[in-house]
Amino acid sequence: MDWYPLWNSLRIAAISAVIVFFAGIFAAYYIAKLPRGLKGLLDALLTLPLVLPPTVVGYLLLCLLGPRRPLGAWVLDTFGLRLTMTWWSAIFATTVVIFPLMYRTARGAFEAFDETLADAGRTLGRSNTYIFWRIRMPCCRQGILAGVVLAFARALGEYGATSMIAGYTPGRTATISTTVYQLWRTNDDGLAMRWVLVNVAISAVVLLAVNLLERRSREGR
Amino acid sequence: MALSVQIEKWLGDFHLNAAFETEGETLALLGASGCGKSMTLKCIAGIVRPDRGRIVLNGRVLFDSEQGINLPPQKRRVGYLFQQYALFPHMTVEENIAVGLRTKDRAARKAAVAEKVKTFRLEGLEKLRPCQLSGGQQQRTAFARILASEPEVLLLDEPFSALDDHLRWQLELELMDVLRDFSGDTVFVSHRKDEVRRLCQTVTVLTAGRTDPVTTVRALLERPRTVGEARLAGCRNLSQAERLEEHRIFCKNWGVELETAEAVPGDTAFAAIRDGDIYPASGPDNRIDCRVARVVRDLDTVILMLATPGGSEGHSLLRMELPAAEWEALGCPEALAAAVCPADILLLT
Repeated sequence: MDWYPLWNSLRIAAISAVIVFFAGIFAAYYIAKLPRGLKGLLDALLTLPLVLPPTVVGYLLLCLLGPRRPLGAWVLDTFGLRLTMTWWSAIFATTVVIFPLMYRTARGAFEAFDETLADAGRTLGRSNTYIFWRIRMPCCRQGILAGVVLAFARALGEYGATSMIAGYTPGRTATISTTVYQLWRTNDDGLAMRWVLVNVAISAVVLLAVNLLERRSREGR
Repeated sequence: MALSVQIEKWLGDFHLNAAFETEGETLALLGASGCGKSMTLKCIAGIVRPDRGRIVLNGRVLFDSEQGINLPPQKRRVGYLFQQYALFPHMTVEENIAVGLRTKDRAARKAAVAEKVKTFRLEGLEKLRPCQLSGGQQQRTAFARILASEPEVLLLDEPFSALDDHLRWQLELELMDVLRDFSGDTVFVSHRKDEVRRLCQTVTVLTAGRTDPVTTVRALLERPRTVGEARLAGCRNLSQAERLEEHRIFCKNWGVELETAEAVPGDTAFAAIRDGDIYPASGPDNRIDCRVARVVRDLDTVILMLATPGGSEGHSLLRMELPAAEWEALGCPEALAAAVCPADILLLT
């Protein structure tokens, strides 16, 4: 059994989870401070990938990043770099698809945060950076952690947009989900089932880890 | 040591207009809930930006709308004790105290934390988190943290709210020690006159966003000048009033004329009588013939709610408290004449 799809899926999910961790927190923090109208608009826009079919997300991404599309053509001309059909092309797809999960859980966590703690930090002379990383984030860590793990797990299972933007090339762009589809299409049921079990096992471990972490952070208090 | 505050802030229909000064004492900011007490403290601390005005602390301008000065909270050196203390739940006692320190030197920080731990009797609790502490220990940690930041003024936002009476007294004793050792001014927000009597020297009453002129605690309780002051001094009998003659007023809510010992100033708008100053009439002087609207039995006394002849029901009822035995001796009548000594009528603006 060729383990490449496992390795590829894990690195794509991990990288996009890291990107989304910062982007989601940043967006959640700053959008909460905007005036109501603008906030509603941005909120809807950033949550859209959660409800759109992944194929639509894939299509829109191809419209932007395809080799004959504005951004894709420019990158190809300037850096000689093709943005589609490489292993890391899938990161664009997974990042867009999992962003709303991180953004919404981070926003929920920030909204539950007691602002008097931030006020206390400021009257005690602490900078806004200190308050954000040393007070706000630790107090919201459960929600944020849950968001990251959920986003990671979702990225691991992404199929639609990934298959459109990265395709399926064994040993190059194959992920677990695209491999399962390919194996099922070619009637290789036995191997498909093995990959299914691998996927189920990883997801179960991830979710168990969340429960464990949450329990530990509760007891630590 | 001086704090001077003169600020205005609009919030929808609510208009905060607070002006007061302190000079080395503990000032009480008294008022009912929702009258703008916390908002005033937040403006001083820089958490909320006033729309207009000026705040000066020991000669430093913290805020001045005309000159466009608005120091961030970090630079104001204001120690703010929040209602629930706002201790950081994820940090230990030690770490909470260290947040307030201004020095960056490791050894100095360690020494300063140890010193505060000792001063506030937190030995053995250094590694605990706030949720593992008792109410008193939490308050001591909060004070240790605030004083570690070397503030020039203390703002205390109802530190004893939501506590039972026993714990309240314990924490009040602790607070007295802190205030005794603190060299700067203190603004103490409260709605309880008993605490204010013991902890503060001067007082201003905040009613619907407006402060009354600063006065001493004794003067406020002995001779309130405004409706807000009278309420906080414990007067439950309040009526709109107007001047008739030099020593005579008409109380609109009760529909009676009363004689006063004090010469009635022209700007008199209200009159107040303390609960204990109303008694069953024995002669014709300042007599009010009432109907007993309600009888509430307390342990050894009865509280009578009296409907006055010209008054409407509800808020205009007079409140009289009598020993239960005296009430029995009167024969629990349905009508009762009440009287008040002319010297006990408080004239308010």
